Amino acid sequence: MLLSMNWISDFVDLSGLDKVALIKNFTLSTAEVEDIIVKGEDTYGVIAAKIVSVENHPNSKKLHLLKVDTGSGVIDVVCGAPNVREGMHVALATEGGSVSGNKIGAATIAGYASHGMCCSEAELGISDDNSGIIDLDETIPLGTDLKTVYDIDDIIFEVDNKSLTNRPDLWGHYGIAREFSTITGRALKAPRVLDTEAFSTLPEVALSVKATDLVWRYTAIKVENITRKVSPVNMRIRLYYCGSRAINLLADLTNYVMLELGQPMHAFDLARVDKIEVQTFDKPFTFTTLDGIERKMDDTMLMITSGDEPVAIAGVMGGDSSKIEDTTTSLLLESATFDGVSVRKTTTKLGLRTDASMRYEKMLDPELCRFATERLLSLLLECDGGVRVISAFTDCYVKRYPKIELEFDKAYVDRYTGIDIPTETITTTLNGLGFGVDVKGESFKVTVPSFRATKDVTIKADVIEEISRIYGYDNFDVRTSVSPIYPVREQTQKSYEDRMKDVLVASYRMHEVHSYIWSDTAKDKELNIKTPEGVRIINAQTPDHQYIRVSMIPTLLSFAKSNRAYAQEFGIFEIGHTVDGLLENGLCNERKKLGAVLFSRVSCEEALFKKALSTVEELFSDVLHKSPEYRASLGRFGFEHPMNTYEILLDGKAVGFIAPAHPEVCSAVDKKCAVVFFEIDTGLVSLIEKERTVYQAPSKFPEIDIDLTFRVTLAEVNFPALTKLAGECAGELLRSVAVQDIYETDDGCSLTLRFTFASDERTLSKGELEPITREITERFDTLGVKFNA
Amino acid sequence: MKDRIDLLKSSFEEKLLSAGGKDDLEAIRIEYLGKKGHVASLMAGLRDAADKKTAGMLINIFKNEVEGAITKRQEELRQAELEAKIRSAKKYNPSLRFERELGSYHPITLATREVEEAFRTMGFTIEDYSEVVTDYECFESLNIPKHHPARDMQDTYYLDNGQLLKTQTSAAQNAIMKKYGAPLRAIFPGRCFRNESTDACHENTFFQMEGMMIDEDISISNLIYFMKTMLSEVFKRDIKVRLRPGFFPFVEPGFELDISCLICGGEGCPSCKGEGWLELCPCGMIHPNVLREGGIDTDKYTGFAFGLGLTRLAMMKYGIKDIRDFNSGDLKALSQFKSI
Repeated sequence: MLLSMNWISDFVDLSGLDKVALIKNFTLSTAEVEDIIVKGEDTYGVIAAKIVSVENHPNSKKLHLLKVDTGSGVIDVVCGAPNVREGMHVALATEGGSVSGNKIGAATIAGYASHGMCCSEAELGISDDNSGIIDLDETIPLGTDLKTVYDIDDIIFEVDNKSLTNRPDLWGHYGIAREFSTITGRALKAPRVLDTEAFSTLPEVALSVKATDLVWRYTAIKVENITRKVSPVNMRIRLYYCGSRAINLLADLTNYVMLELGQPMHAFDLARVDKIEVQTFDKPFTFTTLDGIERKMDDTMLMITSGDEPVAIAGVMGGDSSKIEDTTTSLLLESATFDGVSVRKTTTKLGLRTDASMRYEKMLDPELCRFATERLLSLLLECDGGVRVISAFTDCYVKRYPKIELEFDKAYVDRYTGIDIPTETITTTLNGLGFGVDVKGESFKVTVPSFRATKDVTIKADVIEEISRIYGYDNFDVRTSVSPIYPVREQTQKSYEDRMKDVLVASYRMHEVHSYIWSDTAKDKELNIKTPEGVRIINAQTPDHQYIRVSMIPTLLSFAKSNRAYAQEFGIFEIGHTVDGLLENGLCNERKKLGAVLFSRVSCEEALFKKALSTVEELFSDVLHKSPEYRASLGRFGFEHPMNTYEILLDGKAVGFIAPAHPEVCSAVDKKCAVVFFEIDTGLVSLIEKERTVYQAPSKFPEIDIDLTFRVTLAEVNFPALTKLAGECAGELLRSVAVQDIYETDDGCSLTLRFTFASDERTLSKGELEPITREITERFDTLGVKFNA
Repeated sequence: MKDRIDLLKSSFEEKLLSAGGKDDLEAIRIEYLGKKGHVASLMAGLRDAADKKTAGMLINIFKNEVEGAITKRQEELRQAELEAKIRSAKKYNPSLRFERELGSYHPITLATREVEEAFRTMGFTIEDYSEVVTDYECFESLNIPKHHPARDMQDTYYLDNGQLLKTQTSAAQNAIMKKYGAPLRAIFPGRCFRNESTDACHENTFFQMEGMMIDEDISISNLIYFMKTMLSEVFKRDIKVRLRPGFFPFVEPGFELDISCLICGGEGCPSCKGEGWLELCPCGMIHPNVLREGGIDTDKYTGFAFGLGLTRLAMMKYGIKDIRDFNSGDLKALSQFKSI
């Protein structure tokens, strides 16, 4: 919102103060100022002058040669404006002056000397009208510096609308002036109004509110005999500086009052409306707004009607059929408070946000309606003395906000602020902001003014804000709290995830990536992946992004594809959230998962699979000191290789899976590559008990390694079962079993296992182990693992 | 006897000088000091000597001289050999670089860890929270009434089961208050979602970090102190903070917190638009309704909350210009973040 310091100065005397500094202070006390624009600084030396004679330029169709009376002499001016005429009073920029930064000097234009420039409003920067030069008021004495009659000089500042969301009272200059008045400690002056009580004997406006749930207050008054069409220049300058375009006197006045008091108003051409009703319709219909656009309306939208004919969308925009035209001489003036939520819903549906609707959304004070009407009438009479009010101020006050009184004592303020703000300062501040304050000793009873009581100030803490922001946060004495210490709570899952990232990055040189929480169906399709259809976003930006991911792997695969030129071999991972269907209570089964994809164009799939396995082992060894087991699976999603998908088990519980990509998927990632991935549910992992380190004093006696080779079908070897079996045979003498070698030929596979034996009491001899190894080979035999002597 | 010794001495010195290696030296040692060496035979001849005492003394002196000379020569040879070995060693060149792939962290992980570490040292628990939340968690418990614009369809992603993707990390406030009660110091970094179109400065998916401190008599004055201390710790330098009024339904009073510009230190420069201040994080005293909804006794406890834009922080820290780089999965961009 753009605000004018001239306008604010109507209500609070800021003379002698640094206005720019004041505006900056406003940021610290009230709301963020985004920009400060000094108007008129680069326009000077412009005076009232009169065209004495007009001659056509001999060499140009457009240009004229003027003699202009400046009040202290007659000068030559070459002028290109289409509306020049003899006797016209003009705004003349004189030699040495400046117009919006353009310096005026003596010049020769198309061969003729020119000693000044006749200006348009646009050239002076006071409107966007560049159709011709200003046809100046003839009563202004020649030679008068235009700045003494026109408010060209002003300081405009822009406040971020968002920072005013909770302050309906700040959507007009008067409310802003109240802030400046409190900040500076200078008195607030009320605007001039016309008391409508004087018209109470006149007939009322025919008016009824049917949709009482959507209206707080609706008021109207009728006025006739309007003759003036164009607003006073200074009013138009203010409107223009504040971002509103001058249209005609009546439209300008409603805008002016809205920008001044924050109350939107609407003027209907009285000749074109009759009995006013405020209602909704039970069927959809179309309605043409005053901008000429036909809009589709529905049964929730509040309308103003004349009889049953819609004439305005309540709080949003008037209709084309009843708008003010140049022929309008009488009007019906609406000043109303509509339900903010209803207005916002309507604007959202229509995609039509107006200055009026923005204000209604903030929950306006219904008490403003009459004040605004009386202000407008006062301004109208100042501009157009013949105007007559022809109805009573007709008031349909449907609902009122309750009066809010808050009680607290100084100790509460001290505790909340942490500093000592004197009672007097509290009282002055609150009074300045319009609050009623009743102080007894250190107890306060505060009455919230109606313009702050619609939703903004409802509890004691709200009053603290008023007191402390005006006191100034920069003036706060800053100190630490006195709090007991207590230990930081342990977060197992998070610390595991952090460790896992470290292992993957530092030990396995993988790259961490981030992707979106939704699947990308289009990218899945490129990879021959059928997107798992889980929980759906109902307002996704594109249908391709509507499903929340069930697995981390598909997006990682698409990253593998997009990075395939990055390196011959790389690994990527992400720890992120997925949703695996719904829980019994209907909420999402949100699972945090580590997904990792290994890509290679140089290693074969099996080598890559082994690398992935060792990565998984390292992860669990690091966080849990445990080794996982594996269980063959067909794969759940279809992007896994059906032959080599394995569930990863910890303590017998499945916590994830590991698999090479399905050949169809793999070849879609890259024609010649191997891809292996694994996914681990970190939430499940965090529930597994961590293996504690149990220290064993090192044996004084040497270990003995015995390598045994077996003929096997490799895929069928159940290594954990073999280890367990060997343990049963050897008891505590067996310290470990590990794969020493795998040798594959066309006619089978040899698997060499290394059995490490040791005793804490003696040095073992090969001879004494011989019966044990024999038993191991015999028992292995029963599992199809044949000893290769 | 003395003549014999002198003769042996001069022959020994000649031989020692001509010894070229360990083997020569060993031969000399055996010749003179061995069991059948010259010294032994001198000792054997002692019986026939006239002045046994003097002769014995002379032999001993000679023996010591021989031993000393051999040891000295041995050391010289060892040194020469070592030097020869060192001189002949291969010379390396450390300036040659081979391509070596290192792993990398996502920049958000690095920025988050740095901030977490700063808060951990100040006794804050670090909480993780879900990304899918309920309307109650994201809005209602935070004093955001039913008709607040933040609930509009255009801002929030709604799911078909009625839940939504959290629009702010504050969505975890209620659950964390209920989990731990007061007093409480916690931060909770997390990913947030806003349904808006993306460009270099806007993302529908971004990271924030929420923090809360609840205790007896926590005041605005404390809030300013803690924010200044914590942010100085996060940015590893003394920074100035200032508060401005700001409106957020879940705090009262609410503030926008500015920090002195990190580039110019507050003098005013292009990056702070000449103001000397950078808008960093919204914060405020937790609204009594929010505390109450979290089961906290508002007569006894007050608290403050703040939200840091982690994504923005990472962009500032690393000079990342396009916010979309974070979720691009592009290793050319992401692999640059090697470690903390």
